[in-house]
Amino acid sequence: MGDSGFYLIQQLLNGLTIGSTYALIAIGYTMVYGIIGMINFAHGEIYMIGSYIAFAVLAALAMMGIDSVSLMLVSAFVISIIITSTYGYAVERVAYRPLRNSNRLIALISAIGMSIFLQNYVRLAQGSRDIAMPGMISGGWTFGPEEGFHATVSYMQLIIFAVTFIAMTALTLFISRSKMGRACRACAEDLGMTGLLGINTHQIISITFVIGAALAAVAGVLLGMYYGVINPHIGFMAGLKAFTAAVLGGIGSIPGAVLGGLILGVTEAFTAGYFSTEYKDVVAFSLLVLILLFRPSGILGKPEVEKV
Amino acid sequence: MKSLRYTPAVLSAVVLLVLTSLMMGVRLEPSGVGLKVSLADPSSLFWIAAGVAVVFFFQLFRAPIDQGLSGIKQQLPSINAAKLIKATEKKEAKTLLICFAVAGLMIWPFFVSRGAVDLATLALIYVMLGLGLNIVVGLAGLLDLGYVGFYAVGAYSYALLNQYLGLDFWSSLVLGGFLAAFFGFILGFPVLRLRGDYLAIVTLGFGEIIRILLNNWTTLTGGPNGISQIPKPTLFGLEFGRRAKEEGNVPFHEYFGIDYSSEYKVIFLYILAVLLVIATLFVINRLLRMPIGRAWEALREDDIACRSLGLNPTAIKLSAFTIGAAFAGFAGTFFAARQGFISPESFTFIESAIILAIVVLGGMGSQVGVILAAVIMTVLPEFAREFQEYRMLMFGLMMVCMMVWRPEGLMPMKRPHIKTKSSRSESGSPVKTASLAESV
Repeated sequence: MGDSGFYLIQQLLNGLTIGSTYALIAIGYTMVYGIIGMINFAHGEIYMIGSYIAFAVLAALAMMGIDSVSLMLVSAFVISIIITSTYGYAVERVAYRPLRNSNRLIALISAIGMSIFLQNYVRLAQGSRDIAMPGMISGGWTFGPEEGFHATVSYMQLIIFAVTFIAMTALTLFISRSKMGRACRACAEDLGMTGLLGINTHQIISITFVIGAALAAVAGVLLGMYYGVINPHIGFMAGLKAFTAAVLGGIGSIPGAVLGGLILGVTEAFTAGYFSTEYKDVVAFSLLVLILLFRPSGILGKPEVEKV
Repeated sequence: MKSLRYTPAVLSAVVLLVLTSLMMGVRLEPSGVGLKVSLADPSSLFWIAAGVAVVFFFQLFRAPIDQGLSGIKQQLPSINAAKLIKATEKKEAKTLLICFAVAGLMIWPFFVSRGAVDLATLALIYVMLGLGLNIVVGLAGLLDLGYVGFYAVGAYSYALLNQYLGLDFWSSLVLGGFLAAFFGFILGFPVLRLRGDYLAIVTLGFGEIIRILLNNWTTLTGGPNGISQIPKPTLFGLEFGRRAKEEGNVPFHEYFGIDYSSEYKVIFLYILAVLLVIATLFVINRLLRMPIGRAWEALREDDIACRSLGLNPTAIKLSAFTIGAAFAGFAGTFFAARQGFISPESFTFIESAIILAIVVLGGMGSQVGVILAAVIMTVLPEFAREFQEYRMLMFGLMMVCMMVWRPEGLMPMKRPHIKTKSSRSESGSPVKTASLAESV
């Protein structure tokens, strides 16, 4: 294997890293869409808020003189998940629940308004400039020839893979095993009927938003630490990318969201690695347009797919 | 008292406290290579406390407040509807009113400051954009989130046609409109088959693609630096500068033998904008009375019924999309001419969202409402400078509130409708008199 081979592997690894975080965000879109059939446009902002909370927690712990990396990571995850989930809950309660029975477009416009509101709320609270944090986890595992190009997996990337895997497993277990998960699946199947059978559908929808927001928070913590830089505008693009991933895999399907996220991440990494970084967003959007035109149901989206 | 609800009140106060705690309550500051976190300044903390208190008491007294609100809500629609119908009932009165309004718009700028006229021109650009998007969103019911892309096409086509081919404003105005319409046609053709919300996201993607292309195609568009020194429009070849830029041209003030004043240029641009808006209104109102305009609204209301009556949904949607794009192109060309400088910065998604907010606030489909909303949205932030910072925050909040409480907008569209009055003048048989009120 020559230089080009290792270069390819490196791009693939970078793509999978970004792709797995896209997948985490995409699940929020796909679950909400599966149950109430609306695009939660504000989901990207929820992810951005997750990043900010994580930065605040990490900075606070560092100032208190705590230098155990694992403790910092765990507390960043826990606090960020709690607060971001509250955001998910509040957004649903304020902006979407009153519109439950109205036109799709009405709900979408409300979601766009919410997205603009949240973005500017963070901008006013924390300023619109970039906030940078030095990497806490450095180093990595290098393989390849001594001279020439060699591929590197940083420890941060390994953490991203591991955390994503744990989050996905937990979600799958929750959806397939727990009573609440069964109620979620029932709601996706037929919201009205589920309500008639005595399940509190409002509660289930709230839980869907909370789970989506929690996963977005996980992605926010991971990506915030991976890039080391955040600003109030990152949510918009990340949200669009994740939505693309959800549609790519087949909206409404959780495995589809994961697959879509990974494919999108790898495609972007290859575009950036072999063509030009500037056009990687264009490629992502073109992919979205093409998928919607030729296969609106996505890769795994069949009519009888398990929707949640 | 039974109507006081303590549990939800405490819960929502706690939720708000959690939401704001690590966002508004702290401030992240870079310090050296690291990051410092400190308690936010007292005013933010005060706002958190105030917000929590408001939410707590609102939830506590929810029941009486709801009662009061529903009372107000019942009164609201009846106020503006009755007055409007009366004012526009007679055709002569309507014509007279329009004549006065136009005359007022034309004379007004000569008596006020330059800044006010300039602001009015900007407001008129938004009026034009709002009216254009109103065709797509309000009338045809297609949510277009990439509308700013067509605006950009119009602006860049004037800038580039002028830079490379030396075309002047007037020919570019036509070409810019056509180019934007062409883009609308090309982009609309494949995507209009999609369902409502997918369409919204795809158009958003297209808008972003256009902006990214403009940003990165440095050799043609100048990239992020944009294009500067775009000439101002001329009045039949008369320029408005102190000296004519091109050989053989005579400046406006020399031609008429009056003193030079930079105000002429501003007022000329303003009058041009007024004329463009009037032309836009005229065209749209004609279209609305044509079969195609009726078909837009019919399609928005019921897709299947339309199809079964033999209308081609794709063709109808495409016509709305294309015509809407054409107006964005005109507005874009004018925008480029007014600014004299354009860059991709002016054509971000936020701009699309503002235009959408104008349409939503005015009432989807209502032209009077859209005009009013565009003026409010551009003029209000100027009057309250300190609110500039909070402008987008307010826009977002307003969009949510409008959708929740009044999705039909401030001035809902008046549909052509037939009122049947049953009068009991003759014994037994009620006579029905039908009066037809046209939509404005």
